[in-house]
Amino acid sequence: MAGSESQDGVTKEIIDREKEQQADATDATCLAESALVERICKGERELFYELVRPYQRSVYLVAYSVLQNEADAEDIAQEAMLKALKHIDSFRGESKFATWLISIAVNAARMRVRKGHSTLFEPLEEDREDEKGEYVPKNFSDWREIPSDALEREEVRAILSKALASLSKQYREVIMLRDVQQFSIAETAQALGIREGAVKTRLLRARLRMRDLIGPEFSNWSPSRNWFKKGKRPWS
Amino acid sequence: MVLNCRDVWKEISNYIDGEVDAALREDLEAHFAQCRHCTAVLDGTHNVIVLMADERAFSVPVGFSERLTERLRQEIERRP
Repeated sequence: MAGSESQDGVTKEIIDREKEQQADATDATCLAESALVERICKGERELFYELVRPYQRSVYLVAYSVLQNEADAEDIAQEAMLKALKHIDSFRGESKFATWLISIAVNAARMRVRKGHSTLFEPLEEDREDEKGEYVPKNFSDWREIPSDALEREEVRAILSKALASLSKQYREVIMLRDVQQFSIAETAQALGIREGAVKTRLLRARLRMRDLIGPEFSNWSPSRNWFKKGKRPWS
Repeated sequence: MVLNCRDVWKEISNYIDGEVDAALREDLEAHFAQCRHCTAVLDGTHNVIVLMADERAFSVPVGFSERLTERLRQEIERRP
């Protein structure tokens, strides 16, 4: 028992140290980005490439999560980048640059939907709510193995894309920022202009729904295939 | 506190994100220890998060970066 408590203490110390290192790295990135923004505002506009290069994929994917169309998402990604360049002097450093940039892309994509320029058809979600309006997860056989190299396969990526497309826009946006882009809950809330509580509620529904859509596909595949690794829980 | 399955489903996402307090975490883990269905939901939800976080899961169209850079270059050079 004492040994277990001691082990827990060591584990917590390691986790705390990792969090501190991550926070230090984030601070360093923010400082470097603030310096770049200052120089761009003073006329070194070509530095904008360097500033936005790490976020090209993020901007495209968040636009895609709203619009569900490659051409529209690319168009909006370009529009958001140009808008960020045009208004770079309004970035005050109160949020991370990534959050500011992504919120521009989200708003541009939502505007495209509102103006009806997108050919977006919102999916009709399968009704799996109980009498209190809470989501009831499907009961299917265990999906314990994590298919670590499964994403090398086009068919697996297609399953993920199809599942994501079947979520409503409000769930796609949240899961794209939180789970694909690895934004924190606070950053996701800020980028989407919603409360943290709403992020958590939508995230729960999005994750459970994705699990119900994807899980049976993996459960039905033969574990004898070499892209299924045998193992215990993926995070243990 | 003894939780039922519906209580657990509501907290699964927060549990994975480390957004529950120590007492609730303990209650959830006591439930997982004796409920096969909720453990399957937990494992599956975690698998989804692992898959979604993988950079190979979603990609940009071929040539996207080049087209974006060219568009930015035109804008940067147009308005010095």
